[in-house]
Amino acid sequence: MTVNTLNAKNLAAPAANVSAYLKSRARWSPFEIAFWVFAFATIWLFPGKHLILKDTAILALFALSLDLILGYAGIISLGQAAFFGLAGYFAGLVAKYGIVNEPVVALVLSGVVAAALGFATSFLVLRGSDLTRLMVTLGVSLMLGEVANRYSNITGGADGLQGVDIEPLFGRFRFDLYGHNGYVYCLSVLFVCFVIVRRIVYSPFGLSLRAVKGNPLRAAAIGIPVKWRLVAIYTVSAGIAGIAGALLTQTTAFCSLDVFSLERSADLLLVLIIGGTGYLYGGLIGAVIYKFLQDWIANLTPQYWQFWIGLVLVVLVLIGRDRMRNWIGTVRGAVAGVGVRLLPRSITLGGAAPDGP
Amino acid sequence: MPILETIRLEKRFGGITANHDVNLVVEKGARHALIGPNGAGKTTLINMLTGVLKPTAGRIMLEGRDITDVVPHERVRLGMARTFQINQLFLDLTPLESIGLVVSERLGLGADWWRVVGTRSSVTDEIVEVVERFRLTDVMHERTARLPYGKQRLLEIALAFTCRPRVLLLDEPAAGVPEAERHELLATIEALPAEVTVLLIEHDMDLVFSFADRISVLVNGSLFVDGAPEEVARDPRVKAVYLGEELDA
Amino acid sequence: MLTILFDGVAYGMLLFVLACGLSVTLGLMNFINLAHGAFAMAGGYCTVILVNRIGIPFALGLPIAFLVTALIGGLFERTLYVHVYARDHLDQVLFTIGLVFMSVAAVDYTMGSSQQFVQIPEALQGQFNVFGVGMGKYRLLIIVVCGLLTVSLQLILAKTRFGSRLRAAVDDQRVARGLGINVGAVFAVTFAFGSGLAGLGGALGAEILGLDPTFPLKYMIYFLIVVTVGGTSSITGPFLASILLGIADVAGKYYVPKLGAFVIYAIMIAVLIWRPQGLFARATAR
Ligand SMILES: Nc1ncnc2c1ncn2[C@@H]1O[C@H](COP(=O)(O)OP(=O)(O)OP(=O)(O)O)[C@@H](O)[C@H]1O
Ligand SMILES: [Mg+2]
Repeated sequence: MTVNTLNAKNLAAPAANVSAYLKSRARWSPFEIAFWVFAFATIWLFPGKHLILKDTAILALFALSLDLILGYAGIISLGQAAFFGLAGYFAGLVAKYGIVNEPVVALVLSGVVAAALGFATSFLVLRGSDLTRLMVTLGVSLMLGEVANRYSNITGGADGLQGVDIEPLFGRFRFDLYGHNGYVYCLSVLFVCFVIVRRIVYSPFGLSLRAVKGNPLRAAAIGIPVKWRLVAIYTVSAGIAGIAGALLTQTTAFCSLDVFSLERSADLLLVLIIGGTGYLYGGLIGAVIYKFLQDWIANLTPQYWQFWIGLVLVVLVLIGRDRMRNWIGTVRGAVAGVGVRLLPRSITLGGAAPDGP
Repeated sequence: MPILETIRLEKRFGGITANHDVNLVVEKGARHALIGPNGAGKTTLINMLTGVLKPTAGRIMLEGRDITDVVPHERVRLGMARTFQINQLFLDLTPLESIGLVVSERLGLGADWWRVVGTRSSVTDEIVEVVERFRLTDVMHERTARLPYGKQRLLEIALAFTCRPRVLLLDEPAAGVPEAERHELLATIEALPAEVTVLLIEHDMDLVFSFADRISVLVNGSLFVDGAPEEVARDPRVKAVYLGEELDA
Repeated sequence: MLTILFDGVAYGMLLFVLACGLSVTLGLMNFINLAHGAFAMAGGYCTVILVNRIGIPFALGLPIAFLVTALIGGLFERTLYVHVYARDHLDQVLFTIGLVFMSVAAVDYTMGSSQQFVQIPEALQGQFNVFGVGMGKYRLLIIVVCGLLTVSLQLILAKTRFGSRLRAAVDDQRVARGLGINVGAVFAVTFAFGSGLAGLGGALGAEILGLDPTFPLKYMIYFLIVVTVGGTSSITGPFLASILLGIADVAGKYYVPKLGAFVIYAIMIAVLIWRPQGLFARATAR
């Protein structure tokens, strides 16, 4: 303490404030609580819509996995479908051959398998430029697609994996045709994964990811092992994508080659871009909007849905994601403002520091 | 044993030779200044020392250990930190978060993915101390991108400080800092514990001579003169090549 | 065996003509254009309409396809792409993949989803037999046309004023601007020309590659392989990469048909890991 004449007594108060401030950012805001309360309320509010809601929840989880690497680590990927598809087939196969019967166990295992693939391929992805990354991620998922096609005796090839019989959840809740149990299952898994991801994002590890994304040069210069952090998050992201894929197989009792397709990865990017990256809810909100749009447009022009997706992408980019983010930021700012006001005391350190309370 | 030493260090960019046959010796606890005209290769040398650039040839020794092939973040762990001539900051983070990040990385908590940031008092205490010392208190909740340049410069230096290095490499830390605050900045640097070694790149000769107990002059990528400040000041070649230019300016 | 080599070279040449425009836009503007295949498809459909429906001779259809696609490319460049050059790669990817989706759906809507065939003149059908090696006449034509194009491209780049400006702009945009080169105009002309070439490739290749609305998606990865494996610092790299890719693909489909494109993807990933800048990039490129 050479420059400032701080003493131990008035150091304590600002430290408490800093701590309170940092912790307050990680606290669940009223907006978030409302979001999840509403999400679970839909179980009773829209019983007739459970099928589409279930798909939305799966898509949201898938998008969340992409947000983790794109929004928090800055890795552009067109190959997230690789993990989705691998775990989808894995979940289907273990159920079909009765290797693992309990869906929840199979789900976790599928996630682990996908994470293993993520870990293995992360080393490929971390090298090179954006374009190289795109190519490698895309290449990996297309390769898996080819393999699945090649071993059609196991995977069912172009006809898809059939005869998958998923045992009831916990031995009690059977996946019904209307998606009732499926939706509750998917939404619960989404919530659990979300809570974990949220913890990660607000941890020191999550903070270091944002630093790596913002300035990898400086991140290394303050002692952050940039490569290993990226490997870690890529692996986690792959695991979550895998869980989403396994959910799809389990709740539809079917899996087909299009899980690996480029369109799936590209749509996923769109979902995330609609909702916005880097604040966790982007993938969730994006998934809701996307499914809603899809449902609506598909009723108008079922065949040419792709055209409208394309148009949305083009327009979004021309408007500019920054501008979009600012709009969203304004909304979020308003929401966060509510949150801060609810905090018990002021969390600024400001001029109060030298004098102490 | 010198704390930091380079052996015949060389860096070429295609046809350009930015550093050639550099044998730099920095003693433990030294206040060592590295000077030289623009484009002499000073920043390139620092980049090699910290592992940002790979030398074309030669070795780098830190406390007798060959670190030529050690990755950048490991060098930080080994006790070497730096500032950048052009600010390299985390523009989306606040100063509070940036400093907190450095502290938690140094304490080995950076891989902790479950605990919420800010729950350890050892971390928060130190954040407060650094924020106070570098007069960032009033802007600590602002996004770094929105900070005025002077504050950004302070943060740039604060980040390197917070690494608590045993060797600190400062690449023109006072560049862009208002005249009035320069000396204060240098005072902060000088106030570092004596066992911390400082290698300073600086163009302002007043600052250099008031600060350094040893000076190396780099010209055209090669070490030109190396010695105590008085010797260097007296050296006619240095006057001709370097100080002359400065005095004219 | 030699027939495979021959077919592979023809295929590779075709890929080169299709992809070289992409390589230049990527090298020049550091722009990731996933929609390049859409221009090739435009050329293909243009020829189908001209030759099959209107009855214009095939030989005339090709240059018209080139011109029409170049025009479309130039138009898109001036109106849409210019806004996206300065954006980050994510935006570029989103934007161009959006264009791909739109083109796929639009062509599906106007032309139907079935495979289209260009009517090739009688004279070009059938095979020569040289020393026991069967060579399709049409493939021979492709090799000749694409070979001529490649040579003239090389000449344009090496000898003309435009070529030197282009190379200057590729090497360093800022310096090029400083030298008074209108980089924007160079971009536009190059983009249009590259699209035109893609269109021509699409027209020529409809017979070999097949032509249906999913063309841009199906071949996107092939074009990208050409440019990433070949590197963007010259056109020799992409050329060699195309030929290699062509031969590998034809041979792969012949010898291990069940694996499909697996071999290609595996090779691509291996190359990119080994040399992220591309197989034929200069060591110091960027
Ligand atoms: N990445 C690079 N690629 C090519 N040349 C480079 C690169 N970095 C530096 N150089 C060249 O190396 C030489 C030394 O540059 P350097 O930045 O080390 O000088 P400096 O002594 O720090 O100058 P200043 O006082 O202006 O900061 C210069 O000629 C510069 O153009
Ligand atoms: Mg410098």
